[in-house]
Amino acid sequence: MPTNPRRRFLQLSGVAALAGCSQQPDAKSAEEQLPSALGKPIRAYGERSSFETAKRAVPDLKRPQIGSTRTPLAETEGIITPSSLHFERHHAGVPDLDPAKHTLLLHGLVERPLVFTLADLKRLPSASHIYFVECSGNSGGEWKAPGGANAAAGFGLASCSEWTGVPLKILLEEAGVKKEGKWLVAEGADACKMSRSLPMEKALEDCLVAYAQNGEAIRPEQGYPLRLVVPGYEGNVNVKWLRQIKVVDQPNQTKDETSKYTDLLADGTSRQFTFLMDAKSVITYPSGGQKLSGPGFQEIRGLAWSGRGTIDRVDVSTDGGKTWQKATLQEPRLPKAFTRFRLPWTWDGKETQIQARAVDSTGYVQPSREELTEARGLNSAYHYNGIKSWAIATDGSVKNA
Amino acid sequence: MLKVTLLAALALCAVGQKYNAGRAATPEEIKATDQFMAPDGTGLPPGKGTAAEGRETYSRRCARCHGQQGQGDEEGPLVGGKGTLATPKPLKTVGSFWPYATTIYDYVHRAMPFDNPGLLDANQTYSVVALILHMNGIIGEKDEMNAQTLPKVKMPNRDGFIRDTRPDTGKKKK
Repeated sequence: MPTNPRRRFLQLSGVAALAGCSQQPDAKSAEEQLPSALGKPIRAYGERSSFETAKRAVPDLKRPQIGSTRTPLAETEGIITPSSLHFERHHAGVPDLDPAKHTLLLHGLVERPLVFTLADLKRLPSASHIYFVECSGNSGGEWKAPGGANAAAGFGLASCSEWTGVPLKILLEEAGVKKEGKWLVAEGADACKMSRSLPMEKALEDCLVAYAQNGEAIRPEQGYPLRLVVPGYEGNVNVKWLRQIKVVDQPNQTKDETSKYTDLLADGTSRQFTFLMDAKSVITYPSGGQKLSGPGFQEIRGLAWSGRGTIDRVDVSTDGGKTWQKATLQEPRLPKAFTRFRLPWTWDGKETQIQARAVDSTGYVQPSREELTEARGLNSAYHYNGIKSWAIATDGSVKNA
Repeated sequence: MLKVTLLAALALCAVGQKYNAGRAATPEEIKATDQFMAPDGTGLPPGKGTAAEGRETYSRRCARCHGQQGQGDEEGPLVGGKGTLATPKPLKTVGSFWPYATTIYDYVHRAMPFDNPGLLDANQTYSVVALILHMNGIIGEKDEMNAQTLPKVKMPNRDGFIRDTRPDTGKKKK
């Protein structure tokens, strides 16, 4: 047995690697873990600890360029999603764009069609805001039956970042929108040139042409080097790899605003241009797939958000919806951003179900599954925001309910 | 003098830029970049095609994923589903669901074939679009699709869409 603690540590790491898991050393080895030699040197770009494993589960797809990965919401804290864990939804893969060559063309019903380079945009007045982005297909699996086995599977097509860029209003004013310009259509530089129409009113209200996310350049999967950020609206209109905006007098009726991202109702008609994301919440601890250590104190934690404004209240039930308690909301509460909620709880060790219900600044109360399906039927596919239940068993295991 | 001042003011208005941001786009680069096709036909290029003419291109470039008859294969079907939208198992296809024929052109042109988007020229695209419409029984095999005829095609589900009527849930509770 080697006596040098460092060598022993290396040996332990080797065992852990062989076991294929991030095995925690027991308490006795805490002393032995203290470094007896110098640590790693300074480095140019940081990485997380090699012991951390939170990741976006990558499904096995025939065409991995069309698909999505989900944020492991139960493994994130506070309200910011690390850029590396922001959900992905791509329609034709992630393009590799050279920011020195990338441009944004703004044209159509404008006085002055303009081309902007990244450098052009970066000298203009900038703004930073924390906003969630949620795919309107998030929780789509919940329509027919409560489906998500864990918070990522059921709710992980939602993430929250600080976005920095130029207010779109400034660019539109520079170009001079003609009075017939009531809509715009934005197009990405991905292989399918994904495009969506957006009302001019929203474009002038609070949209950003963003070049940064969480303090650094936007990640390629999130639209590097430029993406449209449309606060509170469904993720798909936040066009990534933004390369042109055309001002038009009517929506363009693109594939992704007709055949997709429209909400089929029970009578066979479909709602179109359902941009706003309704108020929603999910408990991230305890949540599906986790196991409580035992009866006693367990802090209930979760996330709530609304495309209409701020989250004003989150009620939590620990008895399957019979009674509700007000959770504490993390401040500052920001409009169209994740709001973290917390509730102290003492688990008595009995079987139960826990739920959260968000209320936003317009007074909108997150509906039950029954209320939602009664209003829209079971085939809407998009915009599911029903209350989620997690079932806790006597052994502490937490499952989808 | 007044006239001169007015003219100068007008000139300034025409410049109109607070930040002098970006540079003027040339007509050539706008033309090269703007490939949008609106439901009224704006942006549809010259060219033409019929369903009969589209079969060859479809077989070579589309059938592998969408099936020889548009019935679907690796990807969902392009045909069928008529009358299913209000049933427990709705089938959304170009024929049963898509409200505008111009969208088919716009999407095929910009995004198909999946592994080589933009490969088809205007005649090939018009003819493939005509074939998809014909497979759905919307036009005849010899009906020519072009920039004038395509926007006039009335899709079966054209009137099946309504604007956002939410909030339909979330009323105040005690």
